[in-house]
Amino acid sequence: MADGSIGLWTVSLAVLGGAIRVSTPFLFVSLGECITERSGRINLGLEGTLVMGAMSAYGISYLTGSPWLGLLAAGITGALLGALHAGICSLPRVNDVAVGIALMLFGTGLAFYLGKPLIEPTAPRLPAIDFGWWSDIPQVRAALRVNVLFLIGVALAPTLYWAFRATRWGLLIRTAGESSDAARAMGHSVLLIRLRATMVGGFLAGIGGSFLSLFYPGSWNEGLSSGQGITAVALVIFARWDPLLCLWASLAFGGAAALGPALQSVGVTSGYHLFNAAPYVLTLAIMIITCSPKRTLTGAPAELSITR
Amino acid sequence: MTSEAADSAEAVGAIAPAADAGFLQRYGGAIEYVLIPGAAVAGALAVFGIFVMLFGKNPLDLYFYMYYGAFGTWFSWQNTLTRAAPLILTALCTALPAQLGMVIIGGEGALLIGALSATSAALLLQGMPPFVVQIAMVIAGVIGGGLWITLAGALRQYRGVNETISSLLLVYIALAILNHLVEGMMRDPASLNKPSTREIGAANMIGSIPGTDVHWGLVFGLIAAVAAYILIYHTVFGFAARVAGGNIRAARIVGLGVSKLILTICFLAGGAAGLAGMVEVAAVQGRTNANLAAGYGFTGILVAFLARQNPLAIIPVAILLGGISASGGLLQRRLGLPDASVLVLQGIIFVFVLASDALYGRIGFLKGKS
Repeated sequence: MADGSIGLWTVSLAVLGGAIRVSTPFLFVSLGECITERSGRINLGLEGTLVMGAMSAYGISYLTGSPWLGLLAAGITGALLGALHAGICSLPRVNDVAVGIALMLFGTGLAFYLGKPLIEPTAPRLPAIDFGWWSDIPQVRAALRVNVLFLIGVALAPTLYWAFRATRWGLLIRTAGESSDAARAMGHSVLLIRLRATMVGGFLAGIGGSFLSLFYPGSWNEGLSSGQGITAVALVIFARWDPLLCLWASLAFGGAAALGPALQSVGVTSGYHLFNAAPYVLTLAIMIITCSPKRTLTGAPAELSITR
Repeated sequence: MTSEAADSAEAVGAIAPAADAGFLQRYGGAIEYVLIPGAAVAGALAVFGIFVMLFGKNPLDLYFYMYYGAFGTWFSWQNTLTRAAPLILTALCTALPAQLGMVIIGGEGALLIGALSATSAALLLQGMPPFVVQIAMVIAGVIGGGLWITLAGALRQYRGVNETISSLLLVYIALAILNHLVEGMMRDPASLNKPSTREIGAANMIGSIPGTDVHWGLVFGLIAAVAAYILIYHTVFGFAARVAGGNIRAARIVGLGVSKLILTICFLAGGAAGLAGMVEVAAVQGRTNANLAAGYGFTGILVAFLARQNPLAIIPVAILLGGISASGGLLQRRLGLPDASVLVLQGIIFVFVLASDALYGRIGFLKGKS
């Protein structure tokens, strides 16, 4: 009985800690995708951006010794991939969903190619802040070792929420997403707005990738991201393109993804792979519940091809 | 590489009778469908050449070894064709739903589930005559893969869930199911380092086409591609599917059963990819393990887009892409390029092919003056 309750506590703590640790890449990718999709374009290539970000962050951190430069490199790589996506999509009759799939394959391939020599060496990692200093229980301390990126992401969500509502840039992005004709009539270039939105989205997704290689799991290998990028894209859809909901959804996802390792740590090993699939099953389940064939989703940018 | 030679030959053929405007009016569109993807592949190869040049390799060596590794010898041809077989089948998994305007990218998942179902069927029927086992494996593979993609289609039709995302999520779920089963219930206790199921037995393997090392899966692929072509372009069902793909509201107004169309097409698409999984088990691996997730499903997406979703065009494109992946080993050994170089080239080709969509109907001399 006592064993059972300790096990349960350990699992809950590990899930909580995992929610904080694992959710960060989900959070950054979904916030980035949120910006891109609000401008009326979908970038499915963020899976590739995430992996490229992870690889370049690790490489630059290893070469320069500074994880922060690695972080910057990941962001810039992501922005460049975003620019590539937006550039191809601005050609006439090119489908943004297909370009996303292409960039997903291209990004992962390029990252595996360039990252080959990086599997062996160890790069300096991002520091963590210890919020669990008050506790004597090691599990609590482990759960509360929080990375700065997580805090930045948490701060970014309400900032974006406010920016979409109250700033000139936010309004421009939303106008481009709701009606490209209206944006054009106001004298703005829709393609340019979408280019910038996709680049910012790529930048954030790259940062999300750097978290994977520089903090948790904290190394570079080819199995580093298994669909976190695409899950985060799906997450934006049921977060209704709302940055604040993206934050909550990312936390839920992080918790779900941490369930497998948490159960393994207390000795429940059967079904390990099935628990690892929990985020994908959860995404699918939530999409099934929240989507409807009869109406377009509330809050969906009208120009978005994927919701039409 | 040979396809480019063919392209340029056809391009020459296209220019020669240019005085006859009627010829271009009639065939200009068809020539475009060969010329533009051909040019896209050539452009991608050029960019890839520059890319490897940045790493101090000679691009001419690269092209030579790619050609040699893909189509240079009988041995490399056989390697190429062996790899083309599953690519034809997984490409159908994207190309068939594309007729309905759906973008399905979950061929890899259907392949894994198909492999798992086929292996289960073979293990259940141990002791039966090989022919019976093989038929059962085909049926199990097609049904397993078919239901997997039908799930994505049904979610789209009945719940409005985007099929692109759901089919990709299903890939990861399929992989988890496969890993769970081969490390648990279906694990062969003798497989230590690489958890696998028990072997289906040498007698139940489908073997090679006589006189070659190419397995019968290639024939399965060819039959499936031709059947898909006939289904889409020469039957009422295919016509209905293309009407629904062009304008779903019009299809509903004229009374086409859109749900039935979507579910049937998705089942056939997934069935093709499931058959690819069955082929990989029954002709290559002999058992199910994580080796099956070799990316055929993802390369199949590229094949389908490069073939412009035409089932017949999938055949040569799958051979071309099979050749590129067959040459990967040689590039690794002779030029010291990492195995991911094939993925990079595939990615570049994909990007070029999509960007080239902007060119259709814009090439002056192909329009034909009327």
